[in-house]
Amino acid sequence: MENKGLTKVDLIFEKIDSKKVMVKAFAMSSAEIIQSMLDSGLKGRGGAGFPTGLKWKYTAAEKNPDKYIVCNADEGEPGTFKDREILDRVSNKVHGGMAIAGKAIGAKKGFVYLRGEYRYLLPKLMIELDSFHKMIHEIGFDFSIEYRMGSGAYICGEESALFESIEGKRGEPRNKPPYPTTSGVFEKPTSINNVETLVTAMMIIHHGAQNFIQYGTKDSRGSKVFSVSGDTPTPGIFELALGMTVQQFVNEFGDGDTKAVQVGGASGFCVPRKKFAETIIGFEGVPTGGSMKLFNSSRSMYNVLHNYLDFFTEESCGQCTPCRVGCQQLLKGVEKVKKGEAKSTYLTELVKLADTMKIAAKCGLGQSVGNAFKSIVGNFKEEIIY
Amino acid sequence: MINLFINDQKVSVIEGTTVLAAAKKLKINIPTLCNHDDLCVAGNCRVCLVEQKGARTLMASCATPASEGMEIHTNTLKVRNARKHIVELLLSEHRSDCTKCYKNQNCELQSLANDYAFGDHVFLDLVEDKKYNIDRSSPSFIKDDSKCIRCQRCVRTCSELQYISAISVANKGAHQKISSFHDRPMSQVVCTNCGQCVNRCPTGALVEKTYIDQVWDAIYDPDKHVVVQTAPAVRVALGEDLGYDPGERVTGKMVNALRQLGFNSVLDTDFSADLTIMEEGTELLVRLKKALVDGDKNISLPMFTSCSPGWIKFVEHKYPEFLPNLSTCKSPQQMFGALAKTYYAKKRKIDPSKIVSVSIMPCTAKKFEADRPEMRSSGYKDVDYVLTTRELAVMIKQAGIDFRNIEEANYDSIMGDSTGAAVIFGATGGVMEAALRTAYEIVTGREVPFGNLNITPVRGMDGVKEATIKIEGCVDAWKFLEGAELKVAIAHGLVNANKIMKMTREGKAPYHFVEIMACPGGCIGGGGQPIPTNLEIRKKRMKAIYLEDEHKVLRKSHENPDVIAIYKEFLDQPNSHKSHELLHTHYVERDNY
Repeated sequence: MENKGLTKVDLIFEKIDSKKVMVKAFAMSSAEIIQSMLDSGLKGRGGAGFPTGLKWKYTAAEKNPDKYIVCNADEGEPGTFKDREILDRVSNKVHGGMAIAGKAIGAKKGFVYLRGEYRYLLPKLMIELDSFHKMIHEIGFDFSIEYRMGSGAYICGEESALFESIEGKRGEPRNKPPYPTTSGVFEKPTSINNVETLVTAMMIIHHGAQNFIQYGTKDSRGSKVFSVSGDTPTPGIFELALGMTVQQFVNEFGDGDTKAVQVGGASGFCVPRKKFAETIIGFEGVPTGGSMKLFNSSRSMYNVLHNYLDFFTEESCGQCTPCRVGCQQLLKGVEKVKKGEAKSTYLTELVKLADTMKIAAKCGLGQSVGNAFKSIVGNFKEEIIY
Repeated sequence: MINLFINDQKVSVIEGTTVLAAAKKLKINIPTLCNHDDLCVAGNCRVCLVEQKGARTLMASCATPASEGMEIHTNTLKVRNARKHIVELLLSEHRSDCTKCYKNQNCELQSLANDYAFGDHVFLDLVEDKKYNIDRSSPSFIKDDSKCIRCQRCVRTCSELQYISAISVANKGAHQKISSFHDRPMSQVVCTNCGQCVNRCPTGALVEKTYIDQVWDAIYDPDKHVVVQTAPAVRVALGEDLGYDPGERVTGKMVNALRQLGFNSVLDTDFSADLTIMEEGTELLVRLKKALVDGDKNISLPMFTSCSPGWIKFVEHKYPEFLPNLSTCKSPQQMFGALAKTYYAKKRKIDPSKIVSVSIMPCTAKKFEADRPEMRSSGYKDVDYVLTTRELAVMIKQAGIDFRNIEEANYDSIMGDSTGAAVIFGATGGVMEAALRTAYEIVTGREVPFGNLNITPVRGMDGVKEATIKIEGCVDAWKFLEGAELKVAIAHGLVNANKIMKMTREGKAPYHFVEIMACPGGCIGGGGQPIPTNLEIRKKRMKAIYLEDEHKVLRKSHENPDVIAIYKEFLDQPNSHKSHELLHTHYVERDNY
């Protein structure tokens, strides 16, 4: 196990001369930019962790002259608030990352899909965007960005539902394939990246891939921004190198009584105290889009689970059977068990259902409901039953 | 070609073929639910899941294109367990009162439950928690959300085939449902009552509003004289609900069965279809004369047919400025109804208040049409009850009639005679062909210049068809049409109707006469026809209807002896004062919600 411990990093919010980085990036060829991404091992920071370099490579390879770069700023995962901070403080780097991605894949147009609740950021973002457009116009690069607003649906953070929403349709995930790199927004080849991914990409261009890989592990290169919340004396945004154990994380952020950490939000995994030392935060262990929620012994894990299931029951788009009905069954099922109206063995049936949802649901939402369910029921069974 | 393996059998398919279609090629059956041949792929029910070697998740075979070297298994333990779960989940949000349900034994969910989810169900009943309401506001159909499994076939039908979107998906998650604009009752939205959604609903969530009991009551009432009329398209589809393959003509058996059910007189909508040709053909020629010779600027052209009540309501909602372009002729059903309680009553010396007029239609919109306030020109409700093809099949089964083995019989007289021109009303292009057979002959004194009277350019399944007929050698009365080119168009399915209406609105429609049917394929593909209906089945019914035409002795409407008689004895001549009173109507503008 490659464990480098807890390392604080300052990359995302580092003050840089945007124009200098852009000039450097635009002097590179598309292939060179993509190669730096591949060399850096950067994986998507939204949570799914798809290698950014590959995504750009596939989109670049498409013949269609109309391509798009989309910045996913829907940040809907419960317990994550890092993209808001990034957009508030360094939106110039978000825009810059999009332009670099545009150069890499051959897109002249980008969309930022901004979470509905972040509308208050818009006036400031528009001022930033104006100066960004001026800057790249001066450099002589043909690229523009447009903001599109979400309206509060969690599902619109799913890439294909997000495209539907941008197109003005009901936000429902599409069938895959085709994947976005072939047919994304407006059915054109699209690279869709998380806010943080785009900023990281810009910083990789700035400092070079080698600088990036000094942090993290083989499977989880670099650093990322964590949103720390729950039972912690120091809630907030922290940029840390990937690859630490949950124990190391808890040592830094816990209140001395941490019994579980929910890594990756409602769609992530619940790590119990007994597994803190052996669980690595990263793609080889528990992946996360940044949400880190700590629970101390005063918390009922039944309430935590109930809250997540309630959330999914509301936020499923309702399109596919396993997710729409499955979420309702899981929620109603644990309620019945808790009330003693169903036998505790009914949890076994529900775990089987969660397994079905993992492999049968249409999109990532339905497929990941089982993560929280199984890890909470599996580790805190007594709290669910009694 | 793409090569893949399904259950270890190799199959080659063209690019773009789905795994589901590839499996079908190997005669491997994968169950489906939200999938329908007429509609775009949804991939939302997940019943058709299969396992691909090396993939993390299962995949919906209906939505997954075959790719080179793919190894698919359709019946692994993983697939079976997931499928059982999915069917049970669907059942948990479906009110399973099967024995009370109109769709009992003709329900796709029931049949899946039978195959994959028998025995004890693990999941909790979700139906009772939700306050479902049953929408009975439409005279044509009932929408019962407690039986809805959200497959969205109805939603796709309403938008893709009909361009209406009277129903769409509302809310999300547990609250997701199929709803109308602001949850209005179905009678207060743009719904045309075409019933295409009813025909595609896999469960009992959308069913026609049935009037079987009312019809039985009338039949058993000794004071009532019950007259029944049968639409052209019923005879080529009814057999499907009674054990025959699609495309069988069962006209004679149907007539005998209706008589055995106890109807006092078994008559034919085909008679009034022939009458429609006389009235509508004359109306067209008069409009052309006024526009071309008299230079009357108030004449609205193109003239649109008015046989299809779904189409009529579509215009009333979406293109009300073109209401004057609709032929004022009532549909054959309503012409028949008006005459049943006047001409027929007089001839048979029956008090019209004692006549109950029933029609058997391939259509659910006809139920709405019969209820329209304009449709009482006989002094009574012209048509009392409208039954679909499916409802007739139910009655035949209820009466214990051995349909396959009964003798064939002929229609009763007065308003029972018909020609081949009337029969083809049931297929898209049929009204146009029938009208041309008669109008051309009136104007030129000669038969239409097509082999065996078959006007093939107006036939077939193309969504929009166009034809031009040059008129030469006119008889004296119609000399003003000499050398004119009559431009006609035909559309079926309202998505195609909309194309023509859009052109018309933009002033780009060069036509004189346009036939439009609300349903894909025309009435043979009507919302009231046997389930399933798809392109393959529509083609078979269409073939049968043209065969029926070819077997008729008389094939031109103006040669129908009953039609000749009624003008002589009762109506005087086409578009006469009496005709206008009984056989013509008007339309109303409606909201576009």
